[in-house]
Formats: sequence, structure tokens, C-alpha cells
Amino acid sequence: MKLTFTTKLGLVIILSFFFVGLLAPWLSPYDPKGTDIASRFSPPSSTHWLGQDKLGGDMYSKLLYGAKISLTVAVTATMISLLIGLILGSTAGYFGGILDECLMRLVDILLAFPGLLLVFALAAFLKPSLYNVVLIFSLVGWTGFARVSRAQVLVEKEKEFVQAIRSLGASHIHILIRHIWPNILSPLIVQASFAMGGIIIGESSLSFLGIGVPPDHPSWGNMLFLAKQSAFQPTFVALFPGLAIMTTVLGFNFLGDGLRDAWDPKLKNSR
Amino acid sequence: MRRLFWLIPILFGISLIVFSLMHLIPGDPVDIILGESAQVSDKEHLRKMLHLDQKIHIQYLLFLKDIVSGNLISIHSKKSVWKEIGERFPATAELAFWAMVFAISVSIPLGILAAVRHKTIVDGASMLIALLGISIPHFWLGPLLIILFAYTIPIFPISERSNFLSLVLPAITLGTAMMALLSRLTRTTTLEVIREEYIRTARAKGLSEGKVLFKHVLRNTLIPVITIAGIQTGALLSGSIITETIFDWPGIGSLLVEAIQSRNYPLVQGCVVLIATLYVSINLLTDVLYAFIDPRVRLQ
Repeated sequence: MKLTFTTKLGLVIILSFFFVGLLAPWLSPYDPKGTDIASRFSPPSSTHWLGQDKLGGDMYSKLLYGAKISLTVAVTATMISLLIGLILGSTAGYFGGILDECLMRLVDILLAFPGLLLVFALAAFLKPSLYNVVLIFSLVGWTGFARVSRAQVLVEKEKEFVQAIRSLGASHIHILIRHIWPNILSPLIVQASFAMGGIIIGESSLSFLGIGVPPDHPSWGNMLFLAKQSAFQPTFVALFPGLAIMTTVLGFNFLGDGLRDAWDPKLKNSR
Repeated sequence: MRRLFWLIPILFGISLIVFSLMHLIPGDPVDIILGESAQVSDKEHLRKMLHLDQKIHIQYLLFLKDIVSGNLISIHSKKSVWKEIGERFPATAELAFWAMVFAISVSIPLGILAAVRHKTIVDGASMLIALLGISIPHFWLGPLLIILFAYTIPIFPISERSNFLSLVLPAITLGTAMMALLSRLTRTTTLEVIREEYIRTARAKGLSEGKVLFKHVLRNTLIPVITIAGIQTGALLSGSIITETIFDWPGIGSLLVEAIQSRNYPLVQGCVVLIATLYVSINLLTDVLYAFIDPRVRLQ
């Protein structure tokens, strides 16, 4: 598989993001929850590389911990939604009938809420916590995976090898899990890459509105929430967290685009 | 027509989900809204207002009735939710309109330019703009624009809704994602249209390149672009939630956020129902119009 430059760039960005997110406690020079009101809004210096925010917290340490929170939410919620979507979508596609009809109507209804509206609505009624943020994105995110899985299973189940295994007497569950799932994995991985980018934006949006992870957690969205309270002044308090979010999201989009093109060359020329 | 009937179950689905939200609240909603130490009579009054004293299926029917008849009451102001939303809606409509004007007027020239100069630096630059536009979140683009064009070069006001100048930064913030998406789409469509035989015919009969572009290419490019623009209008509504919060724009997006923060649950429900309903209705309308404009599309 030959990867383009942007795909590799995406991969590098994401690997650094994982690296920073996992090692945040050891890489941070200061306590990310620490405050130092006396030196609030100090510009970047040799002791505080990216400056200090409204409460005097060290921006650099907060940024590293922010990666940890984004990583936790994005990976956990994507895994959960992928699993729910894969199980529901492929079962519906494989067996068809009333089950399929009901599931797809439910997906239609959930997709009738544009963008992050359902995420905001759920967050409005749930208590703000890291656990609930993961729950919200899992509840909302599985529909995309269900659609992809269903569409793929519809194609796969008609293929000759499936008919052959079935005529040998394999059970439906066996066919689905051992023979169909491995064949539909690549579009799901592409979808997962885009989903993680989307969840990072969604999680930051929630925190930016003050309804995401609790304010004492140093997430990127919470850093921007704090920056808004001082009308985005001084510049660096708004600049760095946004840059981190955008770079990471760009990385996931690059990777998703690249993998899609690499696995499905038919699409390449049409774009 | 079938699509039109399809709208009804979707709307019921939306109302059912929005209704269920109230029951996601851990513990007693009344205690959470008023605080546990509130007076018993106030609590009882609110419980009655939210129909929480009824059986659950009755609650849903009463909720539907309240939505349709305008009896859904905002907790703090005691006004009808629809009235409160109605007061804030014009600001959102205005913002969404100008965001769309910005998106369409930038993306179509940009996309066509990229297609005509396919595989040149112009193409590369336009698509880089589009890529950045898709990836940049509203809550960062907004602050960036404020830092650049309100502080560093003070042309525009920082926030609040006053004159036309105050509209520029929020409209750009809201419209950029749509602009980026439409630029990509215009480019792809134009590339396809340019390769069509009727374009070769137009050139062969000696039309100037400008005429080919405006009379033959542009018209055929516009159909899918306008369709997606229509579908994206709904997305603008959800994008306005963040954009309005950044710029303190007094629309339904910021109203929703205020309602969330003050635990004004009926108002949250009203805003969510309205935005979702508008979104599906606009999508349906776009589909119908599309079939109307382009007779090749048949309604199944």
C-alpha cells in the first residue's frame, strides 16, 4: 500500500498526538490544574513556554493534558460507537426484514438532528462529566458506523464465498463474525478516523459552551472557554488550544482521506 | 409525495427523542431546576407545568399538545417558549442568510477557477483553502477573526448586533465550512461538466471561452451546488449555536446555550425541536425543488 505525503503527515500528527496524550503526566512541567493569579496572562517565556492563562495556569502543561482528555474521549467513544454500529448495522444488513426496517428508521430519526444539535441536547440534560461526554458521543456516533456496516454487508452477503460457506452448513453468526466482518473492516477504519476528528471537535465545542468535561479538567475546549471570558485577549490564550485542535483534526482527516484512496482506488479519480 | 408523508414519522421521532431527554436527568428534574431547598408549593407548581405528575405516555401526549398549541412555557420568564424563540429568530435568520451569501459568492468562483486551472498552483491553493475551511472549527475561526480584524486591525466590532459591520465576522465564521464544502463540489462538478460533449460542441462552433464558461458550464454546475447549499442550510442552524455564542449574537443558537446553562429545560426542548424540524423541512424542500429544476431526477 503506497501512502501519499498528506497521509503520512496525518499519521505523524496522530502518532505525536497519541504520544503526547499518553505521556502528558510525565511531559508536563507544571500541574495543569495549578493556578497562580499573581502572574495571570503572563506572555510565553523560558519558564512558561506558552504563557499563562486567566487563572495563571501553565498553558503548555494544560495543552499536554488537553491531548490526554481529547484522546480518551475520541478513542473510547469511537470504539464503543464502532462496536454498536457494526453489530446493529451488519445484523440488520445480513438478516434484512423488519429488524432492518426498524433500525434504519431509527438511524433516519437520529440523523434528523443536524450537526452537533443532539450532542448539545443530551449534554443539556446530563451531568457534565468525562464519563457522560463519552456516553453522549457513543449514543450519537454509532449511526454512521451502522450505515456503513449495513451497506457493506448487503454487498458481501451476496458474494459466492458466503454462499459456499453457507452451503457447507456454517451458522449465520459464524459467517458474519468470521467471514464478513474481516472483509468490511477497511471502510470502518476510514470512518473511525473521520469520527475521531469529529469527536475532538464535538468535545471541544461542548467544553467551549461550558457543558462538556467539568471546568477543572484542562481540556482544549475548556481553555478556549476560559479565553472567551477575557474576550480572547491576550492573543496566545486563544491561539494555542485552537491550533492544537485544528492540527489534530486535520491529521485525522488526512489519514481518513489517504486510507480511503489507498483502499478504494476507484474513488481517487472522481474527487 | 411519498417523501412528504415520510416527514410525519420523522417529526414524531424527533418529538419522542426530545421528550425523552427530560427523563435522562439523574434524579428529580424539579429538584434540579429549582434546587432541593425550594418551596414545596413552587415545586408542585412546576411539576404540574412539566406534567411530571402524569403517567409517562400521558406526559408525551401533553408534551406534543404543548408544542403544537404553544403552551410549552419557559421556566424563568413564564412566557411561551415559541414567543421567546420568535423574538430571537430574526437574528439567526439574518446571520444564516449572510453566511450563505458569503459561502456561495466565494465558493462558486473559487471552484470554477480551480477546475479551469486544473492541476496548477491556482487549483492547489484553492483546494488548500477549502481543506483548511473544512477542518477549522467555528470556535477557533471566530476568535481568530476577532483577534485579526477587531483588535489588531480594528475594522469590525468585537461582538453584539448593531449595524451591518457587526454582521461580517459572524457571517464569515458561520459560512466558512459551507464555503469550503461548496468550493470542492463546484470544482468536481465543473471538471465533470467540462469533459462533456456539449461543451466540446460549444467550443467547436466557435464560442469564446468566456461564453462557454458562463452559458454552458456554469448553468450545469449550479444544479448540484445549489442542492447541497440547500441541504447545508440546516447545518448552518446548528453551526449558529457556537458562532452566536462567540459573538454574543442574540439568535436562537445563543438562546439555546443560555437555556442549557440556566436549566430552562422546556426552552431547550423548544429550540431543539425547532432546529431539527427546520432542518428536515429544508432538506425535503431542497429535494423537491431539485426534482423540479432537473427533470432527469425522478421522485421514487
